[in-house]
Amino acid sequence: MFKRLQADTRKPVGIFVDGTAVTAREGDTVSAALLASGLDVRRTTAVSGAPRLPYCMMGVCFDCLVTVDGTGNRQGCLITVREGMRIEIQKGKREIGR
Amino acid sequence: MRNDYDIAVVGGGLLGSAIAWGLGRIGQRVVVLDEGDVTKRASRANFALVWVQSKGLGMPAYTVWTVRASETWAQLAADLKDQTGLDVCLQRNGGFHLALSEGELEQRANTLKRLHNQVGAADYQVEVMDRDRVAAMLPAIGPEVVGGTFCPLDGHVNSLRTFRAFHTGFKAFGVDYRPEHPVTAIAQSGGEFRLATPRGEIRAGKVVLAAGNANQALAPMVGLHAPMGPTRGQIVVTERTLPFLPHPLTTIRQTDEGTVMIGDSKEDLLDDSGLDLSISTVMADRARRTFPLLGRLNVVRTWSGIRVMPKDGFPVYDQSESHPGAFVACCHSGVTLASNHAYALAPMIAAGQLDATEVGAFTGRRFAAMATTGSGYY
Amino acid sequence: MSAGPTRSEYDVVVVGAGPAGLAAAATAAGAGLSTLLLDENAGPGGQVWRAIDTTPVRAPDLLGRDYWAGAGLVAEARASGAEILQGATVWGLDRNLEVAVSIGGGSRFVTARRVVLATGALERPFPIPGWTLPGVLTAGAAQTLLKSSGLVPEGRTVLAGQGPLLWLLAAQILRLGGGIDLILDTAERANWRQAWRYAPGFLFTPYFAKGLALMREVRAKVRVVSGVTALSAEGDGRVERVAYTAGGRRETVPVDTLLLHQGVVPNVNLAMAAGVKHAWDPIQLCWAPVLDETLATSVPGIAIAGDGAGIGGAPAAVVRGRIAGLAAVEALAPTAVRRGPSMETLRVARDRAERGRRFLDLLFRPSRAFRIPDGDTVVCRCEEVTARDIRDAVAIGATGPNQLKAYRRAGMGPCQGRLCGLTVTELMAEARGMTPEEIGYYRLRPPVKPITLAELADMPQSESAVRAVVR
Repeated sequence: MFKRLQADTRKPVGIFVDGTAVTAREGDTVSAALLASGLDVRRTTAVSGAPRLPYCMMGVCFDCLVTVDGTGNRQGCLITVREGMRIEIQKGKREIGR
Repeated sequence: MRNDYDIAVVGGGLLGSAIAWGLGRIGQRVVVLDEGDVTKRASRANFALVWVQSKGLGMPAYTVWTVRASETWAQLAADLKDQTGLDVCLQRNGGFHLALSEGELEQRANTLKRLHNQVGAADYQVEVMDRDRVAAMLPAIGPEVVGGTFCPLDGHVNSLRTFRAFHTGFKAFGVDYRPEHPVTAIAQSGGEFRLATPRGEIRAGKVVLAAGNANQALAPMVGLHAPMGPTRGQIVVTERTLPFLPHPLTTIRQTDEGTVMIGDSKEDLLDDSGLDLSISTVMADRARRTFPLLGRLNVVRTWSGIRVMPKDGFPVYDQSESHPGAFVACCHSGVTLASNHAYALAPMIAAGQLDATEVGAFTGRRFAAMATTGSGYY
Repeated sequence: MSAGPTRSEYDVVVVGAGPAGLAAAATAAGAGLSTLLLDENAGPGGQVWRAIDTTPVRAPDLLGRDYWAGAGLVAEARASGAEILQGATVWGLDRNLEVAVSIGGGSRFVTARRVVLATGALERPFPIPGWTLPGVLTAGAAQTLLKSSGLVPEGRTVLAGQGPLLWLLAAQILRLGGGIDLILDTAERANWRQAWRYAPGFLFTPYFAKGLALMREVRAKVRVVSGVTALSAEGDGRVERVAYTAGGRRETVPVDTLLLHQGVVPNVNLAMAAGVKHAWDPIQLCWAPVLDETLATSVPGIAIAGDGAGIGGAPAAVVRGRIAGLAAVEALAPTAVRRGPSMETLRVARDRAERGRRFLDLLFRPSRAFRIPDGDTVVCRCEEVTARDIRDAVAIGATGPNQLKAYRRAGMGPCQGRLCGLTVTELMAEARGMTPEEIGYYRLRPPVKPITLAELADMPQSESAVRAVVR
């Protein structure tokens, strides 16, 4: 959905999205990395199961919720990627144990 | 003289709504006079248990009344669904009270024993369970849980949806719901009641005071007595999560929507606009010790509410001798007792006479005679 | 990152490191007050100067001079002696000026003698049919992606709405090599009738020339449809088409990304949860705190600066931040040596910075059609409550936003009403024939941002609190 700038010289950061290796850049938020990944990263809501993607990118809408390193319902737009981070696209409600 | 309404119900919370719905159901012309958006509303600040165990120490009749409500709740849920299409998600598969120490468990067991040994108390099953038996039914408990008490009659419901269902049902029953009509004075003259509100006078043949703690001020206007002892309670609510808790607890339950509600505290402070974060902390800590995985969930809301609480903790249902046709109803457990209010109390009010064998124990006159306090809840 | 504040008490705690927060912290710390600046994001700058330290968009012309103007203030705040913590989410504030903050997964309280809230603005809700579909974002979201990660939309892109930010974003996307297929301008031409008498004030502001230049730059490259009166996003599982009506004609265009914007509104959640009195602003169509000359709120010790005090834009936010900072200095250290401008100078500067705002407010007043939705359009994105649901609730007796929660759960999700609150107030006001002020707003309480139960459980427990729970 979004493409990167040619002149972006930031260091690559390797993350996994549902097990698929994705190259993000240093300083990307999880949501930015997902939107630039070219993958289908739509989550589904806990209420009706409707598909959603990030909407506000500034921490207020909670449509960027994602499972990060085994913890559900994290705000992807407020978390910076780290090397080796494991991201899972969340479908519906989170599980209590994750 | 023709009255505008057969009956005016003062208070549009769960208690007033259940009575009004029950009255509408049997063909009474009813008006419900309620307050507005910002007022102390236990109906939107409650824990939504349909609860039996541990209620009624000090008043055996209350155990009987509570068991009856538990047993007729399924009918209420079915009737509301038929009428409005709304599923209030009654779940009645038994509930727990869990203890985090041997001392807590022993105290709990003693309370229940004393409650059940009362002459005239309802006879129903409550079990004291050790840790292993609890764990078999609630696998997510933490190592600090030593055991608990379980009553198969206990359950819970979606109380907000119940509220909405009653109000939706009002339309079909012709019940006139009027918010922003706080009642400031009541007078009886010419065989009818005149209720003063800032938006004009309402006339009705009978009046039912169901205004929660405000009954304390309203009741004397019609020769009734409803001394109240409200307390503040706080609740912590988590985000929605997949079902993990198959039974409700006295202080933790997972709603049909998936959120987890954690309560409850008891304070004398009566300001529900703020809250004490330290109390939220204590409740969160105990919830996490009970179910350690809860610690991972996000808290999305906290709130405080003022409990409707008659002085001794037990319901007050009464009719006025000096003002025939005036009734008062107030209780802490507006959710649990909703079915009784709709199916038992409403017909008595419509008939103009409370049945002494069924609700005589709940008269407000008891406060003049005795000064005992009991265990109205939990 | 997870290092907490070095002390438990400060003279001044500032919340938000955008223009206002940086200015407030720099002013307070510069006069020798112990000052803590807490900010939720990874770096300072707020939304307007987002990622100013780290943006990959280094060529100065791409983001523009107004963006890089923030570097000076960031440097000033860092040199001022203020302690600046990023990744620090403030989730509670009370009348005792106890600030609850979550840092690196743990929470703690810090107490302050003065608190300056500089929590800024958020996008006004834009509740059109289909606005929850994947691929529909706010213009601000696109700008955040652009500033912090150098990302521009790929595929067919439509911008819809109105206001200066929309044109700025369009220009920035184009400068970075992105494509925009269409701009749907929803500005109401009739707004000129109210706005024109304020035009003279606006003509003498720098906004005027800048705005015209931006619009020229964008119009040279992008097709613009003006006078759009209806708008909807359509698609199966993601946005695929935008339908719009202009000049009475309905058109549909295919789209991959739809960016919406109709202005920004104060982010009121923390202030309201702290008990700060707010009032409805009938011009800006939003809640704004009731403030005195020095930006003090109804709660003693709490001031609000920046767009959270009512939308004024970045230059005004800087001045407001300095005013709030200086007011703290005057109250706490009246004899401190001050290097910056006097309060009198700042008031003049504030008037100047806010000049022209009224014109913009009136000219870009969003129309009813885009504020008060009908039918099945979602209002509360979290709980998925529609406009019809809300009207139905009013019909059976809901009088305001708080009773609406009881009937429909609107505002009870994780965003805590940020994306639906204004719509709910205005919709209920219309449905009941009352004013927004009379309808009111959700009652808000901490945590204003979610924290884990474990974080809450690890906070200090008072003896009275234990007594209130364990029995």
